[in-house]
Amino acid sequence: MNPPALNVSGLSFAYGPKKALDNVGFSVKAGECTILLGPNGAGKSTLFALITRLYDARDGRIELCGFDIKRQSLKALSRLGVVFQQTTLDPDLTVTQNLRYHAALHGIGRKTADARIQTELQRLNMYERRGEKVRLLNGGHKRRVEIARALLHQPQLLLLDEPTVGLDVPSRQAIVDHVHELVRREGLAVLWATHLIDEIADDDSLVVLHQGQIKAAGKLQTVLQTLGAAHVGDAFNRLTQGAKP
Amino acid sequence: MKFLHYWRAMAGIVGRELLRFLHQRERFVSALVRPLVWLFVFAAGFRAALGVAIAPPYETYILYEVYITPGLIGMIQLFNGMQSSLSMVYDREMGSMRMLMVCPLPRWFLLVSKLIAGTAVSVLQAYAFLGIAWLYDIQAPAMGYVWILPALLLSGMMLGALGLLLSSFIKQLENFAGVMNFVIFPLFFMSTALYPLWKLKESSVVLYQLAQYNPFSQAVELIRFALYGQFNQPALLFTAAAFLLFISAAIVGYNPSKGMMVRKGGGE
Repeated sequence: MNPPALNVSGLSFAYGPKKALDNVGFSVKAGECTILLGPNGAGKSTLFALITRLYDARDGRIELCGFDIKRQSLKALSRLGVVFQQTTLDPDLTVTQNLRYHAALHGIGRKTADARIQTELQRLNMYERRGEKVRLLNGGHKRRVEIARALLHQPQLLLLDEPTVGLDVPSRQAIVDHVHELVRREGLAVLWATHLIDEIADDDSLVVLHQGQIKAAGKLQTVLQTLGAAHVGDAFNRLTQGAKP
Repeated sequence: MKFLHYWRAMAGIVGRELLRFLHQRERFVSALVRPLVWLFVFAAGFRAALGVAIAPPYETYILYEVYITPGLIGMIQLFNGMQSSLSMVYDREMGSMRMLMVCPLPRWFLLVSKLIAGTAVSVLQAYAFLGIAWLYDIQAPAMGYVWILPALLLSGMMLGALGLLLSSFIKQLENFAGVMNFVIFPLFFMSTALYPLWKLKESSVVLYQLAQYNPFSQAVELIRFALYGQFNQPALLFTAAAFLLFISAAIVGYNPSKGMMVRKGGGE
């Protein structure tokens, strides 16, 4: 049996005396879209920083596709695609130049990179804009390019840190649909941090993080049934004592 | 396969920096304006006041403009190193630094690649400055323009590594103004960029000693001697040692488990 795309166990982290994560554990399997919900200050950013190995955790373990992020970090990171909360494209370079740069960082040769860039941009209806500088793109288009970039090296796990914040409804919907399509068709594992509960699909899994602790984890319907909640907002309120998502 | 990955990544990082440099013409112009103002205005004004006696590598009396040209090349590299550091802090705040750190390559390799990329840009700027200085009749022996290349590479790497180290300490962009006051100005003014060591000794022994052990002075002397086809071994050793010290400390600074970012709560 294949290991889960992401397995987090007993993870704790503190900034000096301030505890940011306390014994966090959950997993994300291939073909599963897991939504990470939590109010501001819940520890989502810290969790993402640890999964992407911006810092190392002293307590607990993070495994990506069975590879320990601390001891086998290069193998683990090669299986990871990330879209960060803030745009991380270079505004002075064109879409293609940005994507080629990312491909180079993953050791992908120019020919293969160009073929993959074409495929990913076409899937996101951005191929016609490949020669434009990123500065000239709107927020939704930048996000699409970032998703294309995160998929270029064919990762097994995609991390999305609030990728739809600040976008209009059609742009948000396009991204939500595209990511769910990737999960269904290609068996990609996704961990999606969001504040927007309407982005959650019925067959998604849910992890609720509050004050650095996991308050609920599992299939959305199971979590709702366990809590006796009518909808996600209701469940979230019960788990976080009314904190805003 | 692994070597190819490393090679492609380094080529990608250097290529991106050069592309950015070509796209940002203002950056190129502003990098040149600063030393040119010093050359055309400051040096011209101080030509009479600051007499420069014969001292190696010069074999005859020289104009003050000739003396400060290597110092101004050092200035280009110093500011370029600090600008790289500033852009690292900015990238960390904006998140694009994370994109680099998430790729599956050792962090030391990524930092060294960034350093090489920044140095490549500073070398282009230095040669552009030398070209303008040549038109202004500040001309070194032809071979000097070849010998200066390895000196520029080493000094650029050393000053870039210093910038990298500083960027690991600076959490927010706003704190960067302090770097100007506490790092760039003392490094530049307490060095042999503008006045020879013997001249500093005449006014203050303490200043003379500070300038002597200032890594920027050593980088400037390395450049000065190379431009006149001479080899300054102490300056080479000192600059190389400073480079190793700064890059090692920067690598520790960016280490995910030991670095300053962890202690300060990260850049995000």
